[in-house]
Amino acid sequence: MSLTTLMEHDTKSSEIMAPSFALVKRVIWETDDTYTLLIDPPAENGGGFPFAPGQFNMVYAYGVGEAAISISSDPAKPDQLAHTIHRVGTVTSALSRLKRGDMIGLRGPFGTSWPIDEVVGKDVCIAAGGIGLAPLRPVIYSLLRRREKYGRIVILYGARSPLDLLYRVELEQWSKARNTDVIVTVDRGDSSWKGHIGVVTGLFSYVKLDSPSTVAMVCGPEVMMKYTCEELQRRGLRSDQIFVSLERNMKCGVGLCGHCQFGPHFICKDGPVFRLPVVNQLLEKKEI
Amino acid sequence: MDKTYRLETEDLERLLQLLQGEGYETIGPTLGNGTIVYDKITTAKDLPKGWTDEEEPASYRISNNGGERMFGYTLAPQSWKRFLYPPLRELFSIRRNGKSFETLRTDSEEKKFAFIGVRPCELSAVLIQDKVFTAGEYRDDDYLSRRRNAFIVAVNCANAGANCFCLSMNTGPKAGEGFDIALTEVVNDGGHYFVAEAGTDKGATLLERTGGIAASERERGEAEEVVERTASQITKSLDTRGLQEILAENQESPHWDDVAKRCLTCGNCTMVCPTCFCAAVEDSTDLSGKTASRTRRWDSCFTLDFARVSGGNFRITPKSRYRQWLTHKLSSWVEQFGIFGCVGCGRCITWCPVGIDITAEVSAIKGERVKQEKGA
Amino acid sequence: MKPQDLTESLRKHPFLNNLSEDLLKTLTSCASNVVFDEGTYLFHEGEDAKIFYLLRSGRAVLEIAGGERGQIRIQTVGAGEVIGWSWLISPYRWHFDAFALEQVHAFAIDASCLITKCETDCRFGYEMLRRFSEVLERRLEATRLQLLDVYGSNLGERGENY
Repeated sequence: MSLTTLMEHDTKSSEIMAPSFALVKRVIWETDDTYTLLIDPPAENGGGFPFAPGQFNMVYAYGVGEAAISISSDPAKPDQLAHTIHRVGTVTSALSRLKRGDMIGLRGPFGTSWPIDEVVGKDVCIAAGGIGLAPLRPVIYSLLRRREKYGRIVILYGARSPLDLLYRVELEQWSKARNTDVIVTVDRGDSSWKGHIGVVTGLFSYVKLDSPSTVAMVCGPEVMMKYTCEELQRRGLRSDQIFVSLERNMKCGVGLCGHCQFGPHFICKDGPVFRLPVVNQLLEKKEI
Repeated sequence: MDKTYRLETEDLERLLQLLQGEGYETIGPTLGNGTIVYDKITTAKDLPKGWTDEEEPASYRISNNGGERMFGYTLAPQSWKRFLYPPLRELFSIRRNGKSFETLRTDSEEKKFAFIGVRPCELSAVLIQDKVFTAGEYRDDDYLSRRRNAFIVAVNCANAGANCFCLSMNTGPKAGEGFDIALTEVVNDGGHYFVAEAGTDKGATLLERTGGIAASERERGEAEEVVERTASQITKSLDTRGLQEILAENQESPHWDDVAKRCLTCGNCTMVCPTCFCAAVEDSTDLSGKTASRTRRWDSCFTLDFARVSGGNFRITPKSRYRQWLTHKLSSWVEQFGIFGCVGCGRCITWCPVGIDITAEVSAIKGERVKQEKGA
Repeated sequence: MKPQDLTESLRKHPFLNNLSEDLLKTLTSCASNVVFDEGTYLFHEGEDAKIFYLLRSGRAVLEIAGGERGQIRIQTVGAGEVIGWSWLISPYRWHFDAFALEQVHAFAIDASCLITKCETDCRFGYEMLRRFSEVLERRLEATRLQLLDVYGSNLGERGENY
């Protein structure tokens, strides 16, 4: 046999397919169907869980299965992990039944991260839709922690209704940071809602982006990202100033199972965060 | 290692015994389930002497021509993939004790296979899967261990099937690299013998021990004639020039709709393909709920579940799923692994229930492109 | 406010971005400044649409009377944006209510004045129509996106494995 391709190089072991177990410290219901699990990192990690903003874990519900869930906690606090999870199917429902003191399976962190170093000295526009705010929260924490290193920060966030808004208290706190705008909109409001109603792209009317020095990070449903990226470009950003986080079916998280392919890319290892020009053409086509 | 040997048919028996003596499980072609299967063989008598196969789109028939050839068939329905990359494998189990869990990793079985009769295209497929499973950021330990231990006896093709297009993919009908031993079976007026070429030191040592004698120039020439004759029988072709780009640029060709009308999305092509590597990961518990396990199972990009996510499904239409498969094989695979994901074995054509022919679909897409360019 | 001042502040409104001087003057002759207090209505559904508004500050929300479903709020409109195109299209009546969520400062543009100008000066008419078409297109796009309910979990059945 030819051993040339069988050298181990720097490859990592597929032992990673087995989860480590971690303690659920708290369950916070953000909305009717979305909850945040606060988790103590697995004991074998020595109390920490280093990750970069935008990375995800494969989160395991005992005997039921795994789902790829982005990490939504502060990277500067690796002793306290958070996952914000939308309850939609069997795995996320099983996870939703966990209580304080229960154990949860974790594998990770996997994938690429938001360009946190590239944006030093620049303006940052963060546009999130729905649960898409969760993968962006670690970026927001990081930016605000070293607020002086960045220019203006604009956070645009769209949700289905006022009751579907995530991290309401924090949104309020973030808006108080220096030179930081937080603008929230909902698709459906009622008379008790005094904020914006309309799609997230509509919020760009209320902010003036200094396009040459702005980097945008976008996460949400694919349609929302598509329109948001178009709007950003209409406002003068080049596509290489825009980053998106994509979602696909993931079974292994390490580029071996083939499920998350998006053209030549494996979303789990080449993504989930991509610079827009890398995926833009594929995003324009249907069912890639 | 450039030494070639002449082996008599009896020497093949000795080769099998030597391999078994070294602890190898010898796997080779044999008759089973009414067809030719790659399975455990203990003696050269297990080989399908006299049996041949005939392939057409959506058709595979075997028959015995009463001849002497041990490797007179073209291909078995299934490739060697299942030995290096088992269709179903438990990855680990987890025992639950109250609120705590104990993970019990399922150790890889220490398998030592000797594959007898690997076709050149199939050998290329193994080398492709080597890249997939061992050359990325993460490797598949189970594959690597099986692969490292494997001993490969390739057999060059003496007979081309109607669905073969290895010439186009540059993978046959003669094995180029990756084997420990490559055999060419010669049957003519002069007799029935094998010309054996060692590809590794280990292969050379074994050939020495088998008792083979150096092949004469005439014998080497006769072996060459075998593969040349086979090459001349190959009628199917696939024009790979610029193919990666052409497919990447024609994701919206109207021809995908045409093929979608015929494709049943059954996934047969992916199951028989020697390079397809996609797998599902499944979790379950025993009835008591005390033990859970995770298994990995071959999956197919043709299933409706394949691209399903919590918010919906990225590939609902059969068209998108066929396109994913074909463009992966012949376009995005190149970007991912630096090589085509197709070796030209033609199994996907043979085992497609409606006879969809990958080479014809590629020509049609190219044709549509030409038509559109002319129209524009 | 003097006409010159009005022209100057109109010039700054994004809707009139890069409008040529003469056309800007034409528009100014139909414009006036208005203020709506928080909690008041700019107009009601069914009323004659004689005016449209270019918002300068504050926010208003567009509402539709949803019968048994009460008032449905469709969209908020803020500084720099436009409210109203019913003046352009027969039967020239408002199709929704506009309610001031905050105190709203706006330019009110008199529709009958504007229509006269549009019809006598085709260049002006074209410019207005072009700008309104853009607003309409954006609103339509936004409405489609809302219609998609992209954040909804109504696809849960198909994603049941997760």
